[in-house]
Amino acid sequence: MSVGTIRVGVEAVELRGPGLATWTDARRVLIGREPYRAAPIVLEPSIHLSPAERRRAIPSVKLALAVGAGAVEQSGRDPRTLPAVFASSGADGDTISAILAALVTPGREVSPTRFHNSVHNAPSGYWGIAMQSRQAVTSLSCHDASFTAGLLEASVQATSTSQPILLIAYDLPYPEPLNSVRCIETSFGTALILSPEPSDRALATLTIRMAVNPVGEASSCLDAGLEELRRGNPAARSLPLLALLAARSTGEVRLDLSHGALEIGVVPC
Amino acid sequence: MRPLAITAFCIASSLGVGRSETLSALQRGTSGLVRCQFETIDLPTFVGAVAGIEDMRADPTLGRFDCRNNRLARLALAQDRFEFAVEEAKERYGAERIGVFLGTSTSGILQTEQAYRRRDPASGRLPPDFEYAGTQSTFSLADFVMSTLGTRGPGLVVSSACASTTKVFATAARMIETGMCDAAIVGGADSLCLTTLYGFNALQLLAEGPCRPYDAARGGLSIGEAAGFALLERPDTAKPGMLHVLGVGESSDAHHMSAPHPDGTGASLSMALALAAAGLRPEAIDYINLHGTATRIGDAAEDRAVVSLFGEETPCSSTKGHTGHTLGASGIVEAVIAALAITDGFLPGSPHTEARDPELRCHYVTVARPARVAHVLSNSFGFGGSNASLILGRAG
Repeated sequence: MSVGTIRVGVEAVELRGPGLATWTDARRVLIGREPYRAAPIVLEPSIHLSPAERRRAIPSVKLALAVGAGAVEQSGRDPRTLPAVFASSGADGDTISAILAALVTPGREVSPTRFHNSVHNAPSGYWGIAMQSRQAVTSLSCHDASFTAGLLEASVQATSTSQPILLIAYDLPYPEPLNSVRCIETSFGTALILSPEPSDRALATLTIRMAVNPVGEASSCLDAGLEELRRGNPAARSLPLLALLAARSTGEVRLDLSHGALEIGVVPC
Repeated sequence: MRPLAITAFCIASSLGVGRSETLSALQRGTSGLVRCQFETIDLPTFVGAVAGIEDMRADPTLGRFDCRNNRLARLALAQDRFEFAVEEAKERYGAERIGVFLGTSTSGILQTEQAYRRRDPASGRLPPDFEYAGTQSTFSLADFVMSTLGTRGPGLVVSSACASTTKVFATAARMIETGMCDAAIVGGADSLCLTTLYGFNALQLLAEGPCRPYDAARGGLSIGEAAGFALLERPDTAKPGMLHVLGVGESSDAHHMSAPHPDGTGASLSMALALAAAGLRPEAIDYINLHGTATRIGDAAEDRAVVSLFGEETPCSSTKGHTGHTLGASGIVEAVIAALAITDGFLPGSPHTEARDPELRCHYVTVARPARVAHVLSNSFGFGGSNASLILGRAG
């Protein structure tokens, strides 16, 4: 392999989005066997959290833990053995909005629970608590390219440490007035288990490199509804890659970074 | 891991702007903490504020990124010949071969806090001049730094609370090792805002006076602000005697969102992993820069972790009494302090710490003193149970 090219296996995929309830259901839509129909996304708190934590679970925690647990279950791996990368363009929108609203009241009383939930890494913190995992977890952002940056970070970590890793990417809409200045149309989350090559459990191999030509068009979705979803949510920028994985076909996708892009070759195993 | 050369680093905090002011304040034992008069905040606490940020409005490089956090980053970048070193690295490797891996916890949220006061009374809309992507967005810091320095390699912002700017060293090491870039700019910024001050106040974690880490009468933390950056380069650029990143360890507590595990098990795991990455035994560490935020439970948990691994002889101190807790920037601030301890041969002290807590057993240094320092370990622990430990030293 040339310098700056890495290869990782994909052992499992999970997602949640409007009209995309699980990976198994979504595969048929992503390969065009069934039409895409957007439907409200239903998020339940993780059964691995305590009753008090479940009751108070914020939307980003529900979404991130749901896709993470789904991918781990499919892979059959012990979550306590998996380091993780959490990618999201921002912190929990409901929580940030509630704090901003509290700070313009005369008393400026911020709820302590809301404050500790306001950190960008709240979902990753609850993941560790829920799964009793002491593994390294990184929470990161690259604005609209957060999924791509998360994929790069997780793949590089799997390669460098020779250890499988969990990637969780999720983005949810802000309440108003923030959604008018930072529009995220709908909630979408996805999780992948990535493993260093060679892997006997992989469904597909990804060959990842920084794009040679920094200027170019990012891959898109053929279906108009899926394309709207892709454009409206940073985590959904993963859809062209997920579609190739769903189809179990060979191909290449280009996913934008903040400057330049990643070129990702997909070969099914 | 293979050691990475640190070829430049810069700093701006309440302790000083640039390395020379910072070094002299550390050696003299002065503190940047003052009674909080920041913005409209009405809380009985001390803060480490950087002077002059308000007057940076005219800087043309800020543009749509203009907010307190990016101004603080701009101020730090202009120190210690850092930008010149980046220019040289661009010539050596090419702008597309330099990665930017930065950390912040609250980014430019002060901008949004202020914009919320100017919402349209009828519609509730934010004022039209409010710019989300350049300010509040978690990524805005790296976006700004990449635009300012003209780098075109991979870039991202780690936001793992107060462990963020220690964890970016691990990201950079992995990116360089796998050939995604040849050099990396790491570090970051966190700046004063209402969210953190009123938030820590709600958690009853703010000290009324300046924070007193490891003191028997410690009563919580003082918030500070800072920015700092380091330029890391491929192992083959290393020269004997040069300052290096030798190891990084990362772990999770799996315990609680805002309280550390009382036994410090996650903390000792991250320190043990850093030692393993550096290939060093505990006795090779000459100084530990503690996370030491001066909360009752946090200092006790870290003390337990340190003593379990290093015993009671290794000199330790928290420098939060100098700078305050600069949250997401504390990792890079303390990496810079660790670097200065090595290059200038001293153990940093702990201003405001008067009577050491007799229940804490580590060898705690309260007054700075000269010493030969070859290897330093620096700890950063954050909300969400995120832990990271960094080891710096001279390459053999």
